[in-house]
Amino acid sequence: MRTVDRSMALTGEPPKALDLSQKLATLVGLSGLGILVLALLNIGFSHRTFWLMASLSAITLGTIWFTWASYAHKPAGIKNDGVMFKSISSRGFWGWVSGLLLTGFYIVLYFYPQYLGLVKDGDNTGLIALFDPLSKVLSGNPASQWFVYGTLYTVAILAFGIKFLYKYRHNAYERLRTFSVMFFQTAFAFLIPEFMARLNNETFSLPYYDLKNIWPLNYYNFERYRVNSFIDAGDIGLALLIFGVLSIFVITPILTYKYGKRWYCSWVCGCGGLAETVGDPFRHLSDKSQFAWKVERWVVHSVVVFVTLMTTAVIYSYLGNATSEYWLTKTTFLTGVALILTIVFAWAMIYKREQLKKDAKYGAIGYFIIIIALIGFHFFSGDGNVFLFKSETLRRTYAFLIGSIFSGVIGTGFYPIFGSRVWCRFGCPMAAILGFQQRLFSKFRITTNGGQCISCGNCSTYCEMGIDVRAYAQKGENIVRSSCVGCGICSAVCPRGVLKLENGPLEGRINSKDVLLGNDVDLMDLVNSKK
Amino acid sequence: MEKVVIIGNGIAGVTAARHIRKLSDKKITIISAETKYFFSRTALMYVYMGHMKFEHTQPYEDWFWKKNKIELVQAYVEKIDFKSKTLHTSDNRDLEYDQLILATGSQPNKFGWPGQNLKGVQGLVSKQDLDLLETNAPNNKVCKRAVIVGGGLIGIELCEMLRSREIPVTFLVREASFWDGVLPSGESQMLNEHIKKHHIDLRLGSSLREIKGEEHVQSVIIEETGEEIECDFVGLTAGVSPSIDFLKSSDLQLGKGILVNRYLETNIKDVYAIGDCAEQREAIGHRRPVEAVWYTGRMMGETVAQTICGNRREYNPGHWFNSAKFLDIEYHTYGWVFSDKNKSEDELHFHWRHSSENICLTIAYQKQTNLFLGINTFGIRMRHEVFDHWLSEYTSIDYVMEHLKDANFDPEFYSRYEHQIVDSYNSEKGKNIQVRKRSWKRILSITTN
Repeated sequence: MRTVDRSMALTGEPPKALDLSQKLATLVGLSGLGILVLALLNIGFSHRTFWLMASLSAITLGTIWFTWASYAHKPAGIKNDGVMFKSISSRGFWGWVSGLLLTGFYIVLYFYPQYLGLVKDGDNTGLIALFDPLSKVLSGNPASQWFVYGTLYTVAILAFGIKFLYKYRHNAYERLRTFSVMFFQTAFAFLIPEFMARLNNETFSLPYYDLKNIWPLNYYNFERYRVNSFIDAGDIGLALLIFGVLSIFVITPILTYKYGKRWYCSWVCGCGGLAETVGDPFRHLSDKSQFAWKVERWVVHSVVVFVTLMTTAVIYSYLGNATSEYWLTKTTFLTGVALILTIVFAWAMIYKREQLKKDAKYGAIGYFIIIIALIGFHFFSGDGNVFLFKSETLRRTYAFLIGSIFSGVIGTGFYPIFGSRVWCRFGCPMAAILGFQQRLFSKFRITTNGGQCISCGNCSTYCEMGIDVRAYAQKGENIVRSSCVGCGICSAVCPRGVLKLENGPLEGRINSKDVLLGNDVDLMDLVNSKK
Repeated sequence: MEKVVIIGNGIAGVTAARHIRKLSDKKITIISAETKYFFSRTALMYVYMGHMKFEHTQPYEDWFWKKNKIELVQAYVEKIDFKSKTLHTSDNRDLEYDQLILATGSQPNKFGWPGQNLKGVQGLVSKQDLDLLETNAPNNKVCKRAVIVGGGLIGIELCEMLRSREIPVTFLVREASFWDGVLPSGESQMLNEHIKKHHIDLRLGSSLREIKGEEHVQSVIIEETGEEIECDFVGLTAGVSPSIDFLKSSDLQLGKGILVNRYLETNIKDVYAIGDCAEQREAIGHRRPVEAVWYTGRMMGETVAQTICGNRREYNPGHWFNSAKFLDIEYHTYGWVFSDKNKSEDELHFHWRHSSENICLTIAYQKQTNLFLGINTFGIRMRHEVFDHWLSEYTSIDYVMEHLKDANFDPEFYSRYEHQIVDSYNSEKGKNIQVRKRSWKRILSITTN
């Protein structure tokens, strides 16, 4: 029986209906968006500061009011009533409409910023001009399409963050984690880079740098113009450059070992931050099938290989040949990259072979593609060429396909269709690298509580990463999956207290059983020892 | 090739099938009239509430059955000829078996109330019941008030379901306090308060006299007060009993359920019964002869698979455990904690309740020896392995108190109450137990043994 509402009506029956208060709140929020649309149509507001503040306040207050209207009259607890009936959250009419609008916005943002009002030489118009006053206060410069995007992104995380905080007001883990993503977005992604831009003058200039945005998510961090600009900025610039390298090679492995990749993906990262707040109403739309898991492993690891190749080629292209000019030459760099990859690969193959199983094959394939390509660079390429392609072509292709289309248009635009973590699951090379480590060398796991699972499926349904959590829980097996971002929702929605995210010793981390706890002790021993 | 036929595709039947497949390459057929694929019965409530779609309640993808060579037949078994080892289905098919497992589950109790078969009166056990509920109570316009009869786990779940669609609910509970035949009074009292907070019209000490209506239910009469309550829907949730009607005229020995020995064997050779429909000839420990619980269904499935595959084993369940969720309050239990009505003189209780939150626990222990008997927790999750181990090791309540932190299973950053609990225990008993820090070493020595 189909109970999903696919009609256009905003009215309906509880729990899918909006009450009066929720409708008014929606009106306030949409009026905030309406101001932005008017600006886009070049209405030409005379008091831009006022109208910008009015718009952002209306969006924020509308969201908070909606939150209050939805949850305040109910006791604290899981609030998933009607999720599968509401058109917006069950791929109904409003789901598709918002998906198309978001997707359209991303296409314009990435490829046609002139339609938003971006003017290269001269004053901005339209939507971007509306944001000029705020941009001038923060960085001293007029706004760009990225400033508009960054501001809306931050407002969205803050407003929907408050919604999430109230929705999960009974859950300390969810609250802390949400405060964390709200803080990192506001401070690190939004304010600090703008203030850094303010420090720039004719003799001192730092590139735009969101410090928590780590390579390879930040795939352009080591491009020529940035590296030059870091080096030219003296000690501070050099420190930032070194921080960028340490982030991926030292800081990330230590934190992932101790806490799993959640420290980044659901506590710090901006993409994760948006997914966990704005994307929360869509988390259940992720595909849980085994087929989707297969696709995920192939696609995401291919992106890792792609980004490694691309970055290596880019850096290689601007390095010199002679040691007299600079200590890092083309040859030393390539040798270094090959060495690091070989060490990681050898470590995984020698010490973690049993845990790898099929995954080992994927790792091996990726590894050899990179190594062969590296050798290719060295022997067959001219300056900056990789076989027939220029490193610049490789960079541009990556920026277009992965940086724009995958992470933006598909990743966020399709929230209401594919769920909130499509980018994180299928595309993000950072998540893949952290995941590789989480799977093989981390204290993090989701512990399954003995024999308490009733296979109800809430955990799998609400897993935004499409992990079939129940498949493990009903076997009494702990969940150790590379894609798990540690959002903690499986544990929250479990009606029987079966799942617990925790960091513990590596020994006994998976702990799988055929016969579950609660049955005959001898039978458990017999069956489980045969494994 | 030996043919194993299983009637019923609930947790008991499916677990049996999976384990038989692990142990052998016998031909396995599961017959069910209810649905083609296995689903989690305990999750039906979430479909009505819109937390999940029905497909989400299916623990295995559709390819699983073919891959594991488990044949699924959707049909209703009308008759079993035990002599010729043949099943006869309502669509006129005959299926032969070498070994037969009956895992037919249970159905809602009806105690002969007048009007119990009117339209708008139903229980909630099967997928068909769920579909019927969508017809009977799709919203608060069609169903202006619902009355739920019977204060057990399904009863409170049905209340929660209907409330999610803002249907006014009256909840008739025969006992003086909710579920007080099972729970100690402090806990039962806390649940009474929580039920009312969810705007459920809880009527304690109230049982059903009759259901009135022409064709469709119009009202119910309460036995104790004679009060008539107008309603469009009546949920019958006064327990369940084994689904064995189609076996009544056969040679199979029946009691309340299908009588089995400790090997889960019925009186007929090569016929076994597991799960809700099985009745132990002699109760095991404190357990009831018929146990309609998810976990026991699963355990019987695990056990009977061994027997069928040549390793004849007694059904010998370990320490009792269970869990549930009452609206927003989660409940765990390990070992035996009896209600005030049912506990023996030797069983003493230590009860602690948080001053403002819906959090409490009760620990049962033996009067003379201080032996730890069991624990109920509400609003605190507990580690199954740890309590199972403590029960096996015959630990004292003092030891449990001292190591309580090892057993906590709440999510990270949740407030911990061990110190408050043990302080309260110390002052009540005049003891001086110090709570020890959680030790991974101790926990792992239990969980990875």
